[in-house]
Amino acid sequence: MIAKIDDAVLTVEHLNMRFGGLLAVDNLSFDVGRKDITALIGPNGAGKTTVFNCITGFYKPTEGRITTHHEDGKKFLLERMDDFKIPKIAKVARTFQNIRLFSGMTVLENLMVGQHNPLMVASNYTFGGIFGLKTYKTAEKKAMDLAKYWMDQTRLTARADDAAGDLPYGDQRKLEIARAMCTNPKLLCLDEPAAGLNPRESEDLNKLLMFIRKERETGILLIEHDMNVVMGISDHIVVLDYGKKIADGTPEEIRSDPKVIAAYLGVDDEEIETVEQEIEEGVSS
Amino acid sequence: MTDETIKEANPGWHLDAGKVAKDLVVTALLATAIFGSTIAYKTVSAEGGLALETRYDIAFYIIAAVVVGRLILWLAVWSRPSGHRSPVMPANMKASIAFLTTKIGKGFATTMLLIALVFPFLPFTDRYLLDLGILVLTYVMLGWGLNIVVGLAGLLDLGYVAFYAIGAYSYALLAQYFGLSFWICLPLAGILAAFWGIILGFPVLRLRGDYLAIVTLAFGEIIRVVLLNWYWFTGGPDGLSGIPRPSFFGIDFNRSESGFAHIFGLEYSSSHRIVFLYFLILALALLTNFVTNRLRRLPIGRAWEALREDEIACRSLGLNTTTVKLTAFATGGMFAGFAGSFFATRQGFISPESFTFIESALILAIVVLGGMGSQIGVVIAAIVMIGGFEIFREAEQYRMLIFGLAMVFIMIWRPRGLISTRIPSIFLKEKKAVSSDMVSQGEGH
Repeated sequence: MIAKIDDAVLTVEHLNMRFGGLLAVDNLSFDVGRKDITALIGPNGAGKTTVFNCITGFYKPTEGRITTHHEDGKKFLLERMDDFKIPKIAKVARTFQNIRLFSGMTVLENLMVGQHNPLMVASNYTFGGIFGLKTYKTAEKKAMDLAKYWMDQTRLTARADDAAGDLPYGDQRKLEIARAMCTNPKLLCLDEPAAGLNPRESEDLNKLLMFIRKERETGILLIEHDMNVVMGISDHIVVLDYGKKIADGTPEEIRSDPKVIAAYLGVDDEEIETVEQEIEEGVSS
Repeated sequence: MTDETIKEANPGWHLDAGKVAKDLVVTALLATAIFGSTIAYKTVSAEGGLALETRYDIAFYIIAAVVVGRLILWLAVWSRPSGHRSPVMPANMKASIAFLTTKIGKGFATTMLLIALVFPFLPFTDRYLLDLGILVLTYVMLGWGLNIVVGLAGLLDLGYVAFYAIGAYSYALLAQYFGLSFWICLPLAGILAAFWGIILGFPVLRLRGDYLAIVTLAFGEIIRVVLLNWYWFTGGPDGLSGIPRPSFFGIDFNRSESGFAHIFGLEYSSSHRIVFLYFLILALALLTNFVTNRLRRLPIGRAWEALREDEIACRSLGLNTTTVKLTAFATGGMFAGFAGSFFATRQGFISPESFTFIESALILAIVVLGGMGSQIGVVIAAIVMIGGFEIFREAEQYRMLIFGLAMVFIMIWRPRGLISTRIPSIFLKEKKAVSSDMVSQGEGH
């Protein structure tokens, strides 16, 4: 059952997360491939977001080890890092289920905040920047170029100077991804990126994610309910139910796993066929 | 006139006589409850103690005035057809108004600066006006300093005056014990206040909302109480006097051969020092403004604003929110420290009484009234508040009443302050002001 991945960007081993009497994540182990799109799926309350919060440092896991591996061989133990150091040093970026943009700041400013750490160094921790040193100006220009690059990729260039809160919902989702990408992550964790998007927007999102994987060589781990996205683009799927992993494999393997269908959709055995059909349609469309 | 006839005469009117009557009765009862006790009875001193004097007539007139006023409001304002009450503003018109205010804002800032520069030399400027100018500029500087903490970083600080006190006492004590001059003490006072900003920052790092406000309030009081009780060091309630006056970069303002007037070949006048003090605080205030504007365009300033917008998102992008908060407190504190040492040198005497909570509240009111995060708004609010205080000095008893009413009206008219739009720190094609309903207010609001 456990699909061992040779070149993993993230390995999660024996992860346990306990809230009082509730075991939200129960002995979970999985790998995320370096240039793969890995989907984490499961019914509501299965503990997907908890896993995310453990990986990105918002929760400290009760037990277990979470490691990122960079191409140059560096390893980082995420469960021991402060949450803000995870994107800064271990290069794991994330987005949120309910969008968290800096809504009073413009699209460009949001993307500049995403590059805070390199800019901070370039401004000599403010002391150089305040006197208008040249090193900071060149660094700012470079940061602008990266921001422009991501605005072009997400088709937000025309709205660069508008407040992020003024954007339509779909664009806000894309901006959040672009902002996370501005931190130059090795692994991008997306919490329900397609929630609330219409079919065309989620098609766009698929393209964006494929682009990120291909061009930026970034691994993607995503939580998603939208089967279009999950079956359409994932290389690898991990299925959770009540905090336990019940399946792990390629989309084809997952699709034909009756245990997954029953547990994931919480249906009786006789209903499985209709559900299977729905998933089939999801893949073909 | 019955309800029917009103409807016929004005087809658009909605006046429900029953509803109005009910409302008027409630109004009358409320007015009676408030004025019945406060106005109808008055205690007067009589032989052998106090006696109660009744003034039913005055109370009746006041209640009647309230009810009639409410009736007029019903007839004139609230009965209008609802469609006419608030014309809906098209989006592009809203945008053009925002654009216009930024345009005016630019010209306005330059005009204000020019006025500030020539103000001491205007024919009508006397000693009193100059002192008032110095006072207003001190509050402008304090407002700009607090704006970093409250307006940019969104951390509500009710104890800001503590840093002002630390700056003032730093200078006074350093001058008294070590004989250091103002120009050496000024940066030292700033550094000490910034240091105390960090000290305050640590315990409040994890606090949000009301709790943050309460702890900062307590911090302000702790500093004041320590200054009040540390008798052998700070002089306690007696304060510190004989604080050295500032020199013109080493040249004193006195009648002697080495004095300012003699060296520059001017006739000695006591106003030289006042004019110098005016320009000193103007320079300090402009420094505050300049540095704040610079910082806003640097990563640290953007981090402050991002912190105000969403702290969790900040952490997810690798921003160390601890340092972001501490730098905001330290920078804001530093400018209050500068202002404090200026205050000490100007007054020549300081005591804990100058640093009470009401000062913090006044500075915060200037920031909130001006529009949080807006530099020019702070200037307008400081002029209105401090100048307004002076204008109503005659009506001493009613000063706070007028002041309170004015604040209530301004807050109804402009709930997010006089200048509520936010100017982006960086832009690709054009700088568009961000409307205030997008901008979050941060913690503690």
